[in-house]
Amino acid sequence: MRSRARHARSDDGGCDGRADRPASLADAAENSPDASALRSDGGVAGETAITDDYERTRLQRWRDSDFVQSVPFWLPPFLLMGFFVYAAIGWNFLISLTEYSGFGDIDYSTIGLHNYVELVADAGFWAATRNTLVLLVAFTLACLVLGLSLAILLDRKIRFERTFRTIYLLPFALSFIVTAQFWMWMYNFDFGIINGLFGLVGLGPYSWLGSPRLVLGSVIFALMWQFSGYTMVVYLAALRAIPGDQYEAARVDGANTLKLYWRVIIPQLKPATVSASVVLVLFALKAFDFLYAIWGFRPRRGADILATKMVREAFQRQEWAYGASIAIVLFILSLAIIAPYLYQQYTQGNL
Amino acid sequence: MSTDTHSSTDTDPTSSWIDRVSASDVGLYALLLGLVAFYLTPIQTGLVTSIKTSQALRETLPFLPPGAAGITFEKWQVAFEALSSGMINSMLFTIPSTILCAVFGSMAAYGLTLANWRGQVLVFATFIAGIFIPYQAVIIPLSEFWTVWVNLDGRLAFLWGLPLLAEKHATIIELIITHTAYGIPICTVLFRAQYQTMSWEMIEAARLDGASMWRVYRRIVLPLSIPMFAVVFIFQFTQIWNEFLFSLTLIRSVSDPAASVTLILSGLGEAMEGVDFPLRMAGAFVAALPTLIVYVLFADEFAEGVKV
Repeated sequence: MRSRARHARSDDGGCDGRADRPASLADAAENSPDASALRSDGGVAGETAITDDYERTRLQRWRDSDFVQSVPFWLPPFLLMGFFVYAAIGWNFLISLTEYSGFGDIDYSTIGLHNYVELVADAGFWAATRNTLVLLVAFTLACLVLGLSLAILLDRKIRFERTFRTIYLLPFALSFIVTAQFWMWMYNFDFGIINGLFGLVGLGPYSWLGSPRLVLGSVIFALMWQFSGYTMVVYLAALRAIPGDQYEAARVDGANTLKLYWRVIIPQLKPATVSASVVLVLFALKAFDFLYAIWGFRPRRGADILATKMVREAFQRQEWAYGASIAIVLFILSLAIIAPYLYQQYTQGNL
Repeated sequence: MSTDTHSSTDTDPTSSWIDRVSASDVGLYALLLGLVAFYLTPIQTGLVTSIKTSQALRETLPFLPPGAAGITFEKWQVAFEALSSGMINSMLFTIPSTILCAVFGSMAAYGLTLANWRGQVLVFATFIAGIFIPYQAVIIPLSEFWTVWVNLDGRLAFLWGLPLLAEKHATIIELIITHTAYGIPICTVLFRAQYQTMSWEMIEAARLDGASMWRVYRRIVLPLSIPMFAVVFIFQFTQIWNEFLFSLTLIRSVSDPAASVTLILSGLGEAMEGVDFPLRMAGAFVAALPTLIVYVLFADEFAEGVKV
């Protein structure tokens, strides 16, 4: 690593980046032949730079400070991202206070909470909220359990581990629009495999994507198929990080495999579980593509979630302000997940 | 049971006790193969369905290939014709925004990791939160911003007379900028995870030697970031290619010349007489082809991108 960097430095003419900082002795040191190599031992060049530092004026030091020097790196991406994410959310909140609908311009002069009042009285909103919560809980738990099982199986030093992992993760690499096509066919009433399997034991056929009592379960199952590979990868990385002597110690104590995992290994996977859950829950909140691919703007009764209702109100019915108020509800739900997570990560020093 | 199939084995002390449970190997592998069937059946069924004639579709089991008489590649041809313009459009915005995301993400991660100033954790937290924002919370202002405020195709009207340029490229540019902006947070987090493990001594020494941050970035950090760039390229490419909500809300119409491949696929094969499943399946494979190729070739990089 070091020799590569040294080589890179030594054949550099030393003219880039110079404009960023005042001319100083450090420049001279840098260009002198004996200092062109990187020194980890604080050699002559390093000491020259340190003493020189004290002689600089405050302005020069400010210009040389890490903060000022790092601004050109993080500020442009920060502004681009900040505008599209945070400014847009603020703007969305503003729109949610107006009466903007149909075509034409937004009238920001009459502002009020009427959209939120309307939301509380909307039975469709509560049905969508209920479905969102069911989806969120069932989908997250299913993915965690299946993903953990896959990770434990793959962690047992099996042959072709990489191939297995690649296959299990494959659905996650596909677009929801693509996987929705596959599952529409799997769930097909007349020819689908799922009804074929149930037919073998004399059950069905069921209308998996038609019956209001079944649709949400069908969607959750398909999404679990697509996302469990993701949880598997997260758990696999966490399992690999557990020191091997813990397995040894538990075995010496006479613990069987099941006990070993239940008492020793799984409790240590808590951080992985938390971060995977955050991703899964937030996905469940905004899941839209899959439902749209199957039903268009209006999912079958029983499968409408906040994310689909929001897009339908705004982009199909042109009730922009009303859609924006649902978007704010979604945002607050996400924030209720992200904020504690980030705070926890911060207190643990993981940021 | 052999334990020499992958490189981490020789450093991993767990292999010794794992060796003893080889009696249950048969069950283990049966389970793993059963799971392979679970994950591949929907895809495999789609593949055989896509080459069936409508008669074979009704008469054969969904997961079995049709007999020689029931094979047709007509649906693939139709799907390819319907999706080819979408494939080009998707490429036009996916590749530039993937590169831009990676460059911006690497820069932001460097500025927020290898420099030392108060408040950088706070700025970084806004980046992380940006990953998790539901896009529903921004799409109304986003479409307002692009259609009313920026009105790119109106402003760039003087360009559309030039060869190779058309009005649809305004939409493509909008999508490039949008995808870049929303891809920056995840790329920043991926790069930062790597930069935190980098050798501090070397960078410290370079700084003491008087190297500017830009110089350290170009001469030390960038060369060491190349593997992470591969991860980010692979991961972001599939993410942006697969994205649907921005396509739906910024392009709006399936018949728009700028329609992306996922948008066209969402409306493919819909007819009064019901859904044309073989066509849908063929379309799904055509649309997934670039991501499938990338995934099969670079599965490790993709898994690396998923982890964070």
